[in-house]
Amino acid sequence: MRNGRLLWVAQAALLVGMFVLWHVLTRTEVLPPFFFGEPLVVLDRIREWFVTGSIYPHLGVTLLETAMAFVIGTAGGLAVGLWLGLSDTAARLLDPYIKAFNAMPRVILAPIFAVWFGLGMASKVLLGVTLVFFIVFFSVFHGVREVNPTVLANARMLGATRSQLLRHVYLPSATAWVFASLHSAVGMAFVGAVIGEYLGSARGVGYLILQAEGVFDINTVFAGVLVLTLFALALDKLVTIAERRLLRWRPSRDGQSSQ
Amino acid sequence: MSALQLDAITCRFTARGGMHVAVENASVVVGEGEFVSLVGPTGCGKSTLLNAAAGLRRPDAGTVRVFGQPLSGRNEHAGYLFQGEALLPWRNARDNVAFGLDLRRTAPDASRAKADDWLKRVGLTGHGDKYPHELSGGMRKRVALAQTLIVGPKILLMDEPFSALDVQTRVLMENELLALWQQDRKSVLFVTHDLEEAIALSDRVVVLGAGPASRPVGEFAIDLPRPRDVAEVRLTPGFLDLHRRIWECLREQVMKAHHDGLKADA
Repeated sequence: MRNGRLLWVAQAALLVGMFVLWHVLTRTEVLPPFFFGEPLVVLDRIREWFVTGSIYPHLGVTLLETAMAFVIGTAGGLAVGLWLGLSDTAARLLDPYIKAFNAMPRVILAPIFAVWFGLGMASKVLLGVTLVFFIVFFSVFHGVREVNPTVLANARMLGATRSQLLRHVYLPSATAWVFASLHSAVGMAFVGAVIGEYLGSARGVGYLILQAEGVFDINTVFAGVLVLTLFALALDKLVTIAERRLLRWRPSRDGQSSQ
Repeated sequence: MSALQLDAITCRFTARGGMHVAVENASVVVGEGEFVSLVGPTGCGKSTLLNAAAGLRRPDAGTVRVFGQPLSGRNEHAGYLFQGEALLPWRNARDNVAFGLDLRRTAPDASRAKADDWLKRVGLTGHGDKYPHELSGGMRKRVALAQTLIVGPKILLMDEPFSALDVQTRVLMENELLALWQQDRKSVLFVTHDLEEAIALSDRVVVLGAGPASRPVGEFAIDLPRPRDVAEVRLTPGFLDLHRRIWECLREQVMKAHHDGLKADA
């Protein structure tokens, strides 16, 4: 516990140190402030956003897009991962297409989605979904093949039907694999939302950043990036909390399983 | 009528470089209330026969009869105690024991009460809330035993269930298994490579020949009096005599398996 607090203090010190370095370098004009911004101005901008409340509509939109992309992409990845993991025929049929979709740089799809679904939230959510889906999908797909065969045979001998196996064996196993991938999925959901906004929208933090870039207001750009980072961290923390609650049955990572 | 009848069973596997015949034309009978052990050298197809009896593996030839009826699909009268870890890691001990009842849609109150009762019978009162990784190997085996027995199988199939346990725990578990078995005398087919364990527990020991294409090569009735204590019975003259006779039969097969193994390694 003491070690944990010490680590926390060290991490905070590192953050403060980086801000101080940034401040000194730009103040002494070793780095031109016009291109690198000024941390005090950046922080002031963030304060102003939250005090006047002008950020909330934008932040709300971005967070909603992120959350929807995250939930839909995860549910889809879980469902399709289970399906293809359990059906050899379907897996072999779809294999080249899945590989192709995964290899495709999907950010390129953003303008296409904007044309198809307009400049509203749908196109951003969809972009996020395509990013999140594959991360979760691959994790579940490979996980299904690694379900302990003894556990499966045991459930079958105790009378489990096919759908009961899915519910009582595959799905709980899959939860563990989903969580393994959710931490990267959170980041990807944000990427989808912000890139989507960046390429065409009338609202959202990505839109704010784009506007600021248009007038070379580098401080606002940094402020936007910082706010997004903070919320991505918060969402990641939520995933960790959910993980701890749902995966209580797993031996802790320090390997201190009793006896 | 016999509880379990394996009749001229042949099982083949496709392995690297062709067909591997695990067991060929093997017949084993387990009478009602009888405790039968299958012993044999490693790789002789003991587990294959057991899986055929469970209906987990369909034999390529021959029939399995359960109380006279030909078996197709899972053997619904049989409970199976596996060698490896078979508990659901995301269920605590109580929920693991109740799993079979949940699958039969028993009301949760009733099934949990029954599970607690079974935990008591295997000596795990107060451990119901622990997850498998929080239990010792011996405790996990007890949970698995309760999980298998709670649904009331008439036949018990066991695949070296205690082989991963240390010697002391093992003797304890064997005694408890016998005590539980003594209460309602299920028909048991017990697979092991440990001859002493087989003799101490069984009414009859069947020796399986070395693979490939193995089949039973000897059968010995164990007429030691019951109830037995597996640790003490090993010291009686009757036990030693049986051990000597069965080992003579088994040694030949073990040596054969050993030589084949050396050849395969070379």
